[in-house]
Amino acid sequence: MSLDAPAEDLLRELAPQVLGVLVRRHGQFDACEDAVQEALLAATVQWPVDGLPDHPFGWLLTVADRRLIDHWRSERARRNREERLAAQAPADEQVAPAPDGEPAGARDDALTLLFLCCHPALSGASQVALTLRAVGGLTTAQIADAFLVPEATMAQRISRAKQRIKAAGGRFGTPAGPDAVERLRAVLHVLYLIFNEGYTASSGPDLHRTDLTAEAIRLTRAIHRLRPDDGEIAGLLALMLLTDSRRAARTGADGALIPLAEQDRTRWHAESIREGTDLVTDALTWGPPGPYQVQAAIAAVHAEAARAEDTDWPQILALYRLLAHLSPGPMVTLNRSVAAAMVHGPQAGLDLLDTLAGDERMAGRHRVWAVRGHLLELAGDREAAREAYRTAARRTTSLPERRYLEIRAARVGGSA
Amino acid sequence: MKFMLLIYNRPGFVEELSEAERTELFGEVDAIMAELTASGELLGGEALADPAQTRTVRVRDGVPAVTDGPFMEAKEHFAGYLLVECESTERATDIAARWPDARRWAMEVRPVMSESGTEM
Repeated sequence: MSLDAPAEDLLRELAPQVLGVLVRRHGQFDACEDAVQEALLAATVQWPVDGLPDHPFGWLLTVADRRLIDHWRSERARRNREERLAAQAPADEQVAPAPDGEPAGARDDALTLLFLCCHPALSGASQVALTLRAVGGLTTAQIADAFLVPEATMAQRISRAKQRIKAAGGRFGTPAGPDAVERLRAVLHVLYLIFNEGYTASSGPDLHRTDLTAEAIRLTRAIHRLRPDDGEIAGLLALMLLTDSRRAARTGADGALIPLAEQDRTRWHAESIREGTDLVTDALTWGPPGPYQVQAAIAAVHAEAARAEDTDWPQILALYRLLAHLSPGPMVTLNRSVAAAMVHGPQAGLDLLDTLAGDERMAGRHRVWAVRGHLLELAGDREAAREAYRTAARRTTSLPERRYLEIRAARVGGSA
Repeated sequence: MKFMLLIYNRPGFVEELSEAERTELFGEVDAIMAELTASGELLGGEALADPAQTRTVRVRDGVPAVTDGPFMEAKEHFAGYLLVECESTERATDIAARWPDARRWAMEVRPVMSESGTEM
């Protein structure tokens, strides 16, 4: 027997809240995180048999707390701590849960946990793994499955990440001052990475990986609820929704990639587009926009065009100019060159692309060659376009992209 | 990014090493494997049997031709691989450079293709 979907959703929503209470009570993020994982596993075994407990939050907290104490008890070196804990326990138990079974402030803990999981001492891959486990409530096996690595490897990454946080003196608290902006940016970036990992997974055998997009949206929605007045959180949520709205249309039945201009727009998810557009339209009125809001705005302009030829390219170009000002980078220049070509003709795009020639961050990257091929094709230089597509195909490490680029190279023709 | 590090060496060279050299070689390999396991970069790896146990299969006009070998005195053969996931190509190259076979023969660093892709 296994948990039904609503019970699993509930479990995953409660996981960071339980963890938050434990860390507040005992400190020691690493040990508490292990205890919560054990409680989650216990729930997936017992709930289908015994039924959903009356107070799921209290049930998980009690089990996790007990595991934690068992763990400490088994460690001789922790004897002193155990005595203190035993003395404190009755007082702790008297912190009665609110009528809905959750103590006040528990939801805020999700955000505090995110700050901890996205600690600057960790690599991006570790931040992602730890976030999915501690905040997302996924098991190590599920995360390993989603990232196509052995479970032992993922377990090692998570345990090492926790050791690093401990060694770096990571604390359970909301960062303050100028640090806070930087840390929130790191959190949003990790959520974006999780989203992207799921979104770029093709359909078919990799379908389970697309759950990561749903997970990223769920977590971003949760922190949007906690900080509804933060424009960049709203912007990121909008960007995810608008991007995800195209998921069904972005690949063909055989898994082949379909570019934006050729997608069947009737297959775009209207509800996600509406929600994403409303979110970003609203957020843009709050003050100076951030990069996620601008990217969401670009996605919204694409989404409002019923046909590719109805796209408001001048507006998209203006938004890319703004984005280049807010967060300059080669990827922005790359996308901007496509918009410039659509407004001012292919040569304008190619000129902009040439400015990337000396940029080491783009050296060897296939995307520059893919865009160059596209712009050369628009300009009617078929032979050069074919060469550019071929170069791009040789440089990508993505199978669907390589297939797409090879087809492009064949289709553009020209003399061999 | 995932990389396969292909190990090339001469078959049977280990027999020609002194005991001290062998101990040092295996020590180096163990140390790198331990490091990659601890860092969460190691995804897998295998060593291949002596090339004498190879069978080469070719199908021509629907007819399979299976031959034993190659038996020729191969100077270098594909001896095994490591599968790693690293933050960068540079990191994968560093690992390859530290693998002992790189000093006498060669290591190849090959990016592994993924099924993920972005529409353009």
